[in-house]
Amino acid sequence: MAGGSSTSGARAALMLTAKRFASSLLTLFLVSVVVFTIAQLLPGDAAQEALGQSATAEQVAALRHEMGLDRPAPERYASWLGGMVSGDPGQSMVANLPVSEVISSRLPNSLLLAALSALVAVPVALAIGIGSAMNRGGRLDRALNIATLSMVAVPEFLVATLAVLIFSVKLRWLPSIALVADDMSWGDYLRGAAMPILCLAVVVIAQMARMTRAAVIDQMDRPYVEMAVLKGVPPVRVVLRHIMPNAVAPIVNAMALSLSYLLGGAIIVETIFNYPGLASLMVNAVTSRDMPLLQACAMIFCAAYLILMLIADVTAILANPRLRAQ
Amino acid sequence: MTASSLRWAKALPLSAKVGLAFVLFWLAIAIFGPMLAPYPVGAFVAYDVFDGMSAQHWLGSDYLGRDVLSRLLSGARYTVGLAAAAAMLASATGTALALTAAVGGAGVDEPLSRFMDTLISIPSKIFSLVLVAAFGSSLALLLLIAAVTYVPGNYRIARALAVNLAQMDYVQVARARGEGRFHLALREILPNMIHPLLADFGLRFVFIVLLLSGLSFLGLGVQPPDADLGSLVRENISGLGEGALAILMPAIAIATLTVGVNLLIDGLKGKRP
Repeated sequence: MAGGSSTSGARAALMLTAKRFASSLLTLFLVSVVVFTIAQLLPGDAAQEALGQSATAEQVAALRHEMGLDRPAPERYASWLGGMVSGDPGQSMVANLPVSEVISSRLPNSLLLAALSALVAVPVALAIGIGSAMNRGGRLDRALNIATLSMVAVPEFLVATLAVLIFSVKLRWLPSIALVADDMSWGDYLRGAAMPILCLAVVVIAQMARMTRAAVIDQMDRPYVEMAVLKGVPPVRVVLRHIMPNAVAPIVNAMALSLSYLLGGAIIVETIFNYPGLASLMVNAVTSRDMPLLQACAMIFCAAYLILMLIADVTAILANPRLRAQ
Repeated sequence: MTASSLRWAKALPLSAKVGLAFVLFWLAIAIFGPMLAPYPVGAFVAYDVFDGMSAQHWLGSDYLGRDVLSRLLSGARYTVGLAAAAAMLASATGTALALTAAVGGAGVDEPLSRFMDTLISIPSKIFSLVLVAAFGSSLALLLLIAAVTYVPGNYRIARALAVNLAQMDYVQVARARGEGRFHLALREILPNMIHPLLADFGLRFVFIVLLLSGLSFLGLGVQPPDADLGSLVRENISGLGEGALAILMPAIAIATLTVGVNLLIDGLKGKRP
């Protein structure tokens, strides 16, 4: 029974994972339709916008033709989507460079920022989440609950402002603007990017800690934990040996879900500290109405979000004992 | 009425009482604040920029020597008013669509839910940035953009509630009695999902306050001469280096408003068994 059924369980889990992956791809495709449609609804068109009021009708028509605006929308969508997939999402209107070039100079910075923020946030959030779950209903738990609940609702720019006030105005430890260059040493980079990392981590920690606490508490209510407690197993051992192995998957799920808060947080944090990342690039694209650049940035953020959701769901599928052991 | 609402407030846990106090405070400021303002909103009344607290200017002066307290009182009205209107619009639209999906059968439910699932897969800040880039950011457009951004979240919650309720015996009985879909949605299903929807409304309000003040902070939200609390932070950002009150106060104002709503909702949730 054991051998044959566990492979069929693995096959079921694989099938579900493949299904979930296909559904993510479909969603990403639909998202691209939505983003493209909204960008096309621009009042007036991009050619008129680029040339200004003084342009003659011929100039506008010529630019429209050059930008391909005289083709029907489905055709333009198809060529845009083809470009996105093959890594050539068009020409940035403001920088007059290929969008791929503009983005590739910024994307690594954002990925590094996100990775370092996650590296800071995950251990702290785990400690807070597990700590307050073990102390459920106690003073520490209630204090942490109110603290994280408040942090979730605080705007990112207040966190950033307070961080600047404390670390660069009063203590003079860190620069208030992230000066980041390609040829910097790691030490200089970390010093320059410390404040954005700190602010992003704070934003994510609150969310992550709340979800971790919920995941651990969900396990604590199960009968096997009650059994272990009644047997007289010490509390720390209950958490480490009995609860944690079962809570790992829900916690990874919670981590992936709350890391999506990095995406929204990065927009404010990168802008306030002048960090040369993708999110501040996107804000510039909105300000200058550089639609090709904006569409490409939006699609990258949506893809990142969908990947995080996919990771969250797949861990949930793999962790489901009914699928593993059927 | 007042006695019963007093009793209701007294039964709340302490954190929810604090939250309720903040919420009532900011509602009062949004309604009466501009009448209490000591100076006209746009007037240059102080000699120094980024002044500290003084008897003439309780919260100091801003980067042009305007009175921070007066600007804060008027900014709060924009923030609270816009966010409340947008949250109401988002909740009403999301819930109406959810009820339509619940009583309309699979032919309505499936395409609508698929569409909402697509919109919910676009992070809200990214979605609103794309909308602002396409349409611009007048006050009316901002209200619409914030509402559209948060319709899918409300729809998802309201639909889950409504689909569950639609399976209940009393709804089936009403259906068998020959009641129309309108009656089923509005008289049978809706009254039983009001409480969770109110909690969701509070959350939408918090999200929208954060979204709109974030947009204003980026310079993409409320445009001058109008200013909400986020714009106040943005326009005084040059005072950051000296830790000016003009930048701290509006940021703290937003935080007390959103944290207050969050604490209140959390306390209400704890009250139900």
